[in-house]
Amino acid sequence: MATQHSRTAARIMMAPAVTLLLGWMLVPLIMTLYFSFKKYLPLRGGDLGWVGFDNYVRFVSSSAFWPSVTATLIIVGGVLLITICFGVLLAILLDQPMWGQGIVRILIIAPFFVMPTVSSLVWKNMFMDPNYGLLSYLWEFFGAEPIQWMSQAALPSIIIIVSWQWLPFATLILLTAIQSLDSEQLEASEMDGASTLRRFWHIILPHLSRAITVVLLIQTIFLLSIFAEIFVTTGGAFGSKTLSYLIFQRVLESQNVGLGSAGGVYAIILANIVAIFLMRIVGKNLDN
Amino acid sequence: MGQIILNQVRKTFGDVEVIPPLDLTINDGEFCVFVGPSGCGKSTLLRLIAGLEDVTSGDISIDGQSATELPPAKRGLAMVFQSYALYPHMSVRKNIAFPLRMAGLPKDEIEKRVTNAASVLNLTDYLDRRPGQLSGGQRQRVAIGRAIVREPAAFLFDEPLSNLDAALRVGMRLEISELHKRLSTTMIYVTHDQVEAMTMADKIVVLRAGNIEQVGSPLELYKAPRNTFVAGFIGSPKMNFIQGEQASALGADTIGIRPEHIDVSDTQGQWSGRVGVSEHLGSDTFIHVHDTGLGDTITVRAAGEVDFKHGDTIHLTPRADQIHKFDAQGLRI
Repeated sequence: MATQHSRTAARIMMAPAVTLLLGWMLVPLIMTLYFSFKKYLPLRGGDLGWVGFDNYVRFVSSSAFWPSVTATLIIVGGVLLITICFGVLLAILLDQPMWGQGIVRILIIAPFFVMPTVSSLVWKNMFMDPNYGLLSYLWEFFGAEPIQWMSQAALPSIIIIVSWQWLPFATLILLTAIQSLDSEQLEASEMDGASTLRRFWHIILPHLSRAITVVLLIQTIFLLSIFAEIFVTTGGAFGSKTLSYLIFQRVLESQNVGLGSAGGVYAIILANIVAIFLMRIVGKNLDN
Repeated sequence: MGQIILNQVRKTFGDVEVIPPLDLTINDGEFCVFVGPSGCGKSTLLRLIAGLEDVTSGDISIDGQSATELPPAKRGLAMVFQSYALYPHMSVRKNIAFPLRMAGLPKDEIEKRVTNAASVLNLTDYLDRRPGQLSGGQRQRVAIGRAIVREPAAFLFDEPLSNLDAALRVGMRLEISELHKRLSTTMIYVTHDQVEAMTMADKIVVLRAGNIEQVGSPLELYKAPRNTFVAGFIGSPKMNFIQGEQASALGADTIGIRPEHIDVSDTQGQWSGRVGVSEHLGSDTFIHVHDTGLGDTITVRAAGEVDFKHGDTIHLTPRADQIHKFDAQGLRI
């Protein structure tokens, strides 16, 4: 890309892709903004004209808004905590030389390839069903009352399901990071008298900090918008209604496009706030 | 403080015997260099002493106590790695303090020892930097600093200079030698570079395929190599080996003569040949002589600058008292 000529050519070559992606992003964004300022009820009179910031005020003042924000943050935080903790442990385990390493690694990664709806239904019906789920048999085996997962522990259930899906991703990224650790560093710390735990704390964990930040960033972006897992399990009941699910309900169940669009704009703002924070942290972590 | 004795130490990886049973004594305060071509087991031997590898059989004792079963940290040894193995996320100060923190020393004692080590190694101005911001030589010094604060019974160096450029290597060689003189602690140093071995060692251990070929002071090895391997390995450029008539005339299978022990002349000499490549170093000139009728190319050293051109005829005279004689097994006669 050295000469003026080749740079111009490169711009022309890139233009179609950039234009397409920009349109792909801008059209829905502008439509969301457009509808958020309208009273638009498809089955109850259609477009009923401009209402200013009315939708925005109503969305926030609704009793379902703050619980949904809390639920979103609990799910995102819970999944991040579980996937990163277990991801680090699994990565260390998989880094050990063992027989059948290749197969074990593929098996570990497998959950990532299962569609969210499928895995959620499998969890809901095969594991968490209070009557014939495997977990209820386990509880009964120990003489305990089986948990009604979906109603009694809706948020933990969703966190478990989503964590199961995302654990492979975290493990994979952390495993590659662990493999890049210089073994002489570990040997040096061993000579320096660091115990196994302290080696983990002082050498391995700092080495992984960059990879952990990347996992944190990417997962947060995807987890803020989880939907299928909630839709096929609790249907948003029992306190498991996230912000994205609330928006879905406003648009499709209440048939209020304007109100839902306003919620969508809030979601965009929330995601951007989180993204800015994360970018700051990542930027600091990736710099050195 | 720091006598290390290896008794019948043996190491195998699976079916491969890397180090056949081996005995070695390293005396307190000695600068001992393990030298040999790559793959000769010298690093493995060092790692066995450090405790980073388990011995298959045999016993290692440090200061009269068996250390064979002790974990690395309990052996009282400090190691400097080839890649320095500094902790990249810690400042120089924290790197040097790490072994002391792990040992649970009080804060002011740590601070005192780190400051002391830093001033010995000229690192005082860099204490708050990260290893990534240091040059190769400075990193090397931090690695040494991390070793000396522990006040170990012995230092282990695993090819510590191989990542430095030539000029820095000479400087660090001196610094390590000076450090040894000042601390008078036992040091074990692994290298494949015979120049490092010759210049630094009190005692050189020449290894080949896990076997000790010869142990001795640099000059003992230079003057009386026990076999052709040691003779060829020690000294630069390599010793010339001559077989056949010339050797049997002296009652040997092979005779060896170092390039610096051959006199050159353009008029007369015992052997004559054709000048090939001449390497002019200023102080010396190394001339590769072909077609001498002695087998291989003969390398000779002429002091200063000499006026031989490619293709010239040259006459060589070996100094009779400097000829090394070896039998059919390659052993010194």
